[in-house]
Amino acid sequence: MAALTTLTSRTVVMPAANIDTDQIIPARFLTTTTRAGLGAQLFADWRYDPSGVPRPEFVLNRPEAQGCRILIAGDNFGCGSSREHAPWALLDYGIRAVISTRFADIFASNALKNGLLPVVVPAATNQWLLERPGTELTLDVEAGTLLRPDGVAVSFPLEPFARHCLLAGVDELGFLLGQRSAIDRFERRA
Amino acid sequence: MARTPQTLFDKVWQRHEVIAESAATPAVLYIDLHLVHEVTSPQAFALLRERGLTVRRPERTLATMDHSTPTLTAQVFGGAPIAIDSAARQVRELEANCAAFGVELLGLKHAERGIVHVIGPELGLTQPGKTVVCGDSHTSTHGALGALAFGIGTTEVGHVLATQCLLQRKPRTLAVNVRGGLAAGVTAKDLILASIGRLGVAGGTGHVIEYRGDTIAGLDMDERMTVCNMSIEAGARAGLIAPDETTYAYLKGRPRAPQGAAWERSLEQWRQLPTDAGARFDSEVELDAAAVEPMITYGTNPGMAIPIGGQIPRHPEDPAFGRALAYMGLEPGAPIKDQPVNVVFLGSCTNARLSDLRGAARVLRGRRIAPGLSMLVVPGSQQVKRAAEAEGLDRVFLDAGAEWRESGCSMCLGMNGDTVARGQYSVSTSNRNFEGRQGAGARTLLASPLTAAASAVRGRVTDPRELL
Ligand code: SF4
Repeated sequence: MAALTTLTSRTVVMPAANIDTDQIIPARFLTTTTRAGLGAQLFADWRYDPSGVPRPEFVLNRPEAQGCRILIAGDNFGCGSSREHAPWALLDYGIRAVISTRFADIFASNALKNGLLPVVVPAATNQWLLERPGTELTLDVEAGTLLRPDGVAVSFPLEPFARHCLLAGVDELGFLLGQRSAIDRFERRA
Repeated sequence: MARTPQTLFDKVWQRHEVIAESAATPAVLYIDLHLVHEVTSPQAFALLRERGLTVRRPERTLATMDHSTPTLTAQVFGGAPIAIDSAARQVRELEANCAAFGVELLGLKHAERGIVHVIGPELGLTQPGKTVVCGDSHTSTHGALGALAFGIGTTEVGHVLATQCLLQRKPRTLAVNVRGGLAAGVTAKDLILASIGRLGVAGGTGHVIEYRGDTIAGLDMDERMTVCNMSIEAGARAGLIAPDETTYAYLKGRPRAPQGAAWERSLEQWRQLPTDAGARFDSEVELDAAAVEPMITYGTNPGMAIPIGGQIPRHPEDPAFGRALAYMGLEPGAPIKDQPVNVVFLGSCTNARLSDLRGAARVLRGRRIAPGLSMLVVPGSQQVKRAAEAEGLDRVFLDAGAEWRESGCSMCLGMNGDTVARGQYSVSTSNRNFEGRQGAGARTLLASPLTAAASAVRGRVTDPRELL
């Protein structure tokens, strides 16, 4: 996992609430056996018409969305299926952080394990951001702050261990493997 | 000193803490049972290979294939190739991974294969007080037996394979107290759809739900599984129901349940699990089961559900609501009843156990499905399929004009080619009506097996009480 300390990018906005992982990556693309290359199918049914032609009105197809690495979304982003293909697709496309008022539990957990930052902000902040697509934001993982171009800083919560992993660019598996003797003891006791 | 009263969840959690959580690190939680399937495991096995790791406890791991597998008998047993190449590859990869890592696999032709959440309880592997995980959000189903069961991502599948543990922050608890009897024609599916309508699709986020009250105690195991299955549709991490005599009677004698003296020892432990009197939940919700009617969804998330005799709500100020109705091709304020239906799907881990098939067969016996409508019946497991055939349910479905398939997820998510065509309306006993869930452009109305069968007969959304 690549370390993430700060991220500065313009935003792309998707105001809908309850964007589920079936929208992020439809099930028919899940027959893959690798993590790579899912970005092409990100939001496939919103992004392309039935014949596979990009829909010009869809936000990710607009010229100004190109290169944006921060996605602002409505409430309860990532609900539904546990498919980790959802954060894989977002990352492969180039999104490195999603900002919303709430994330589905499994999505948030999957995102953090891949270096995709789920940023929970108050409703007023999210509304401000949703109304201003293309705003350049800086996310500071260490400080847990989102810096708006007007100088307003908004802090966001981040589970301390996930923060540690993001900053160091390490995954949780190393830590878990390091607990082997405690796990051995637990198994003997059980 | 009196022990602080604990909830069922607290007890199961505490008994599985290898290391308790601290401010700096989440808890290391021990996993008793890890269920694996073909779609969310390939990249996890790849991780083990990359790191040179083995599966720590193969005997606590069981794999099956269900999501992308065919349901046509010719492709499952007849030697015909699996129609979708990438799905066939995924099946082969699971076979190879299980062989390489020593994991037991109930493969494509196995007599005990089925949807992962149907077979765990059916085999007696899912037991009260266990921790159960699977790379699938509907792992919450297993909570019906009093197990703490939740879905995980593929990275976590790798963690459990390698260490039999997960790093987890302790969720909060939510009691859903349900009182009163369900009326005739009203099922556990209607109850859970009504609960989700009440909680909202994110109302359970960060929580483990315990379903409580006399209504829940009166449900049989199949019904309890239907309820717990859809906990995730309210955003909850898991759903739990306290084990009781119904649970023990269900488990006794199942092939992988404890036997003999071990059974007695287990029973003694299981009886300690139910929530203590006076234990506190972080929040509580009350539901009157007697007021629940047959429910059906009209929108693009499971919270968008109404009683079948009701009208589609109006929310002119909400663009997302408008967009959902536009996708569904439905009008605000219109009744949902008599909406024409093209496809009926009876299947999925929510409603494809034997009692679900019996319920639908009760409606279909001696009747035909409407001309032009197609109906797919996909049992939850091969064992359910054989049990249904033993009592002649397959004949009821076939005589009515429905298709009778091999088990699997099938049209619940349309990965295996069983899909609903663009623009068509499907009444489905599954759990998700998201855009495109049953196929690109498909329009899904979630309902009970009774409502699905009644709608198949009339070719329109139908209150099952009219046909019972
Ligand atoms: S039946 Fe549907 S919800 Fe259940 S495990 Fe399969 S795909 Fe998931």
